[in-house]
Amino acid sequence: MDKLLELLDSNPRLTNQQLGVMLGRSEKDVADQIAKWEREGVIRGYKAVVDWEKTDRPYVTALIELRVTPKRDFGFDSIAETIMRFNEVESVYLMSGGYDLAVIVSGRTFKDIAMFVAKRLSTLDSVISTATHFVLQRYKESGIILRGEEKDERGVL
Amino acid sequence: MSYQIRINKTLENLKPSGIRRFFDIAAEMDDVISLSIGEPDFSTPWHIREEGIKSLQKGKTWYTPNSGLIRLRESIAKYTERHKGLSYDPKTEILVTVGGSEAIDLGLRTLVEPGDEVLIPEPSFVCYSPLTLMAGGIPVPIVTKAEDSFRLTPEALKNAITPKTKVLILPYPNNPTGGVMRREHLVRIAEVLRETDIFVISDEIYGELTYGGQPHVSIASIDGMQERTMLISGFSKAFAMTGWRLGYACGPKELMKQVVKLHQYALMCAPTTAQYAAIEAMENGDGDVEYMRAEYDIRRRYIVDRLCKMGLKCFEPEGAFYVFPSIEITGLSSEDFCHRLLREKSVAVVPGTAFGDSGEGFVRISYCYSLKHITEAMDRIEDFVNNFRKGACAAKQE
Repeated sequence: MDKLLELLDSNPRLTNQQLGVMLGRSEKDVADQIAKWEREGVIRGYKAVVDWEKTDRPYVTALIELRVTPKRDFGFDSIAETIMRFNEVESVYLMSGGYDLAVIVSGRTFKDIAMFVAKRLSTLDSVISTATHFVLQRYKESGIILRGEEKDERGVL
Repeated sequence: MSYQIRINKTLENLKPSGIRRFFDIAAEMDDVISLSIGEPDFSTPWHIREEGIKSLQKGKTWYTPNSGLIRLRESIAKYTERHKGLSYDPKTEILVTVGGSEAIDLGLRTLVEPGDEVLIPEPSFVCYSPLTLMAGGIPVPIVTKAEDSFRLTPEALKNAITPKTKVLILPYPNNPTGGVMRREHLVRIAEVLRETDIFVISDEIYGELTYGGQPHVSIASIDGMQERTMLISGFSKAFAMTGWRLGYACGPKELMKQVVKLHQYALMCAPTTAQYAAIEAMENGDGDVEYMRAEYDIRRRYIVDRLCKMGLKCFEPEGAFYVFPSIEITGLSSEDFCHRLLREKSVAVVPGTAFGDSGEGFVRISYCYSLKHITEAMDRIEDFVNNFRKGACAAKQE
């Protein structure tokens, strides 16, 4: 993988100047490369990984397993695209194995999510069944540890 | 009972390591950001750990031969051939030791007799002088300078040689300065040495960690030098294996035959589990080293850039994982700088004086830390240094 992309993946807040210094490239070169990736859709966005539990925002997430009937000519794309348009939906994946779509949904309360599944997802034409798994504890998110800080155990010699 | 009259006077007079002292102070404070540690922040690559685990599962818990597992010595021989272009006989010329440090101690005790002088380029790692003293020798520091990129120059070497000189320690890539000796510099050192009977102990523990595209060169690979060099390296720094305690020494068989005797009586053999893991490191670890070196290089460039922007004059290190900036503009001594930085900004770095008197006016900053950690520490150091720069400007205007 490109070293610049790797750095951005774990430290998106570094400035182009800093990235340039780290990689021995000019600031302009870095800016051009990033702009190109953004244009081409290689880089889709930048976001903070927030531990909402440490804030006063009520925040509940659930993983919903969906079994669906694929549509002729469109396969799973059409239903996936319908589902991903809901604001409550954070992620949608097509899965191998026991079910078809994994949908990560977030809301303010458990009830919000239950109602969303009952009213919005289960009622969709192609949906055969749903199974809702609430997230109880988030340990690690997008490669960042949220629980159980890693302690530096190294001593000095 | 009076311990005082019973304890070896030379030992009693040795100062404890100056790196340690700072760490102890920092350990008692909260919210300290340290840049003082001299070991990789990476864990040992998993495939290497796994070989250690497998050896335990198979019950390989006995002593190995004194010199180390023959398979490990063979893989060290191949590795040294591949990376340094040097050939050593695994049966008679390679010894597996408990870390590079044991190898340094063995080398000195094998060669030094009472009154012999040992040349030690400084600033350098803390162990050479105490171990020389314990071997009955006289440490003779050779000061290296930032303007020479902290290299040992042939002139300085010549000036330090006396009829009593027995050994030259060659600690490159260097801890704490990050200085390296390229082939052209080693050739000129070799010219001086070939006319003498001086033996070289070349501590190449950071050999894999050189930056800027040019690989490390061992002095043993310069014409006529292999026969008068004990090459020391190990697994700690390059493969992130500090806790496994494993290093090795290569040298002419007449020398190694004696070195092995010392090792045999004092240590028996290096830890068996570590030796099995190390075979994997030698045979399949090149990619891991490459990856970690690239990460260190990113951090190195970033720190040098930040320090320069703060106005701290900074020699661009070419090896190891330390930066050694001059703190002259603050007007503080190394010790004061480190104490005040710790107290006022809760950042721990090591005073240059821990690495010899010639380290006065410098501090050692390690980059064995995540970028996030380093960024935060650099911001705090910048705040700290800025206060002095403002002060210096105000003083000038008055």
